[in-house]
Amino acid sequence: MSLQRSVVKKYLWVAFFLFPSLAGLLVFLIIPMLSSLVLTFYEWDPLIPTRFIFLGFENYQTLIKDTDFWDALRHTLFFIVGYIPLVLVSGLSVALLMNQKLIGRTFFRGAFFMPVISAWVAVALMWTWIFNPKFGIINYLLGLIGITGPAWLYDPNWAMPAIILTSVWKDTGFIMILFLSSLQSIPNEYYEASALDGANNWAKFRYITLPLLSPTVFFTLIISLINSFQVFDQVWIMTEGGPAGATTVLVQQIVNNSFRYGRMGYAATLSWVLFLIVFAVTIFQTQIQKNWVTYE
Amino acid sequence: MNKSSLQRIRKGLSRGLLYALLIAGGLVMIVPFAWMISTSLKSGQYVLSMPPQLIPNPATLDSYRRIFELYPIGRMLFNSLFVAGLTTIGQLVTCSMAAYAFARLKFRGHNFVFLLYLATLMVPFQVTITPLFIMMRIFGWINTYQGLILPGVFSAFGTFMLRQAFMTIPTEYEEAAYMDGASPLTIFLKIILPLSKPALATLSVFAFMGSWNSFMWPLFIVREETLMTLPVGLATLQGRWLTEWNLVMAGAVITVLPMLLLYLFAQKYLVQGYVMSGLKG
Repeated sequence: MSLQRSVVKKYLWVAFFLFPSLAGLLVFLIIPMLSSLVLTFYEWDPLIPTRFIFLGFENYQTLIKDTDFWDALRHTLFFIVGYIPLVLVSGLSVALLMNQKLIGRTFFRGAFFMPVISAWVAVALMWTWIFNPKFGIINYLLGLIGITGPAWLYDPNWAMPAIILTSVWKDTGFIMILFLSSLQSIPNEYYEASALDGANNWAKFRYITLPLLSPTVFFTLIISLINSFQVFDQVWIMTEGGPAGATTVLVQQIVNNSFRYGRMGYAATLSWVLFLIVFAVTIFQTQIQKNWVTYE
Repeated sequence: MNKSSLQRIRKGLSRGLLYALLIAGGLVMIVPFAWMISTSLKSGQYVLSMPPQLIPNPATLDSYRRIFELYPIGRMLFNSLFVAGLTTIGQLVTCSMAAYAFARLKFRGHNFVFLLYLATLMVPFQVTITPLFIMMRIFGWINTYQGLILPGVFSAFGTFMLRQAFMTIPTEYEEAAYMDGASPLTIFLKIILPLSKPALATLSVFAFMGSWNSFMWPLFIVREETLMTLPVGLATLQGRWLTEWNLVMAGAVITVLPMLLLYLFAQKYLVQGYVMSGLKG
């Protein structure tokens, strides 16, 4: 009897502690997520809020044939292919540099971290100004060495590279911090032992640092991939998907459909396809990681 | 020249190279910020001068004065502080309570519910944004503080982070308190929370910064200038064709500066938050 009462009491406590968080996540995350799935089978325009039209799989069929969707996917992949290798290499290089005993390390770490903690909106505006074709400093500096710079954000060929460079600049410090925390966990004895065997710096990097870092490389790669499929803020500020649609990425396409064209159902379909892509990438990565990640 | 001095020269050279790289990298990071500040201190006619003035002459705070006159920047500053502050408090309360349930009250199915929490971390915000927006319309919460704040208050990531921290606390303290007949609430308030100050600080600065910098949700939920947070207000400063860059850069400085100050004072916790956010994957 008293055991039963104490069990009831325990579950009352569980309910008490879990309720605020669980209820909030349910209302603001799980229910919207499931409604979004339901919405993919409907058409709904916020201007005519009482009319829900059941479409079955029509939204998905539209999507397969929608050249705007394929263009957006292509632009997103273009962003990813440019951004991921650059940000990983620059983040790792800076982390290796910061791991040396150099004077002023704290100051420089702060410098690399400044863009990470700044709002994307401010950073994107800053770089829009820097990339200004006529009055920006990039084209001014290029002019000094005799190169006429492109119109960057106004040129369909150069807008995406400009967005990629800006994103690499902003995120290098974040990648650096992740690598730095795992570099610092590599025991010094490994390096000392290899030094006794006469290993040079490259050998140390290749045979000690890199293998021990590979789980971090892997995680960092997944996080950056997931984040870059969702690239939006910088695109919205710097180009709004232009010029001539050259930088319209997946999320921009979702936003256009839901908030500009009033096609909420189709926007939901796009977002679920985005979710499935991210999900598939994560699963795929987890499968292949066994082949190249070394765990201690 | 003997062998050891040759080695020393080589070492000195490679040191020199490392410093050169460090300074070059640092410059690439700092110059855009310097350019932002420099532009914000110029008066209109010098902004578009060629070659560009790196150091404004004459330097003036005119664009700061004008931006406060022309736009409700003061109000936006308040909105950002208010929204980020309440979001942080909300996350601290809800995340720490749930984290305590997961870490200590071993109820049936707690692993399953916790996995569910972790799974929500994978859902892109874009998946929920459309129905969330519709829901806010139904509640009548478009253009309100509650619509702006409440969806950000509940965080699976924060719960995960605090649970990890709570798990590292040895249970001996609690067992003694249980013997004395203390309730879970007393233990949570008197033992767990005081012993987790660093983790709570990490969550606080991280949540505050996330809310301060967030853009997409405030952009869609708020249409009135008086409710806009700084990033959204800042985005409206940029005209498509005619942009007064000294004003825009002054706005950018106002948006970025509080976070730089936060970094100066809470560096350790901020960095820790980022490391945790990276490891959750």
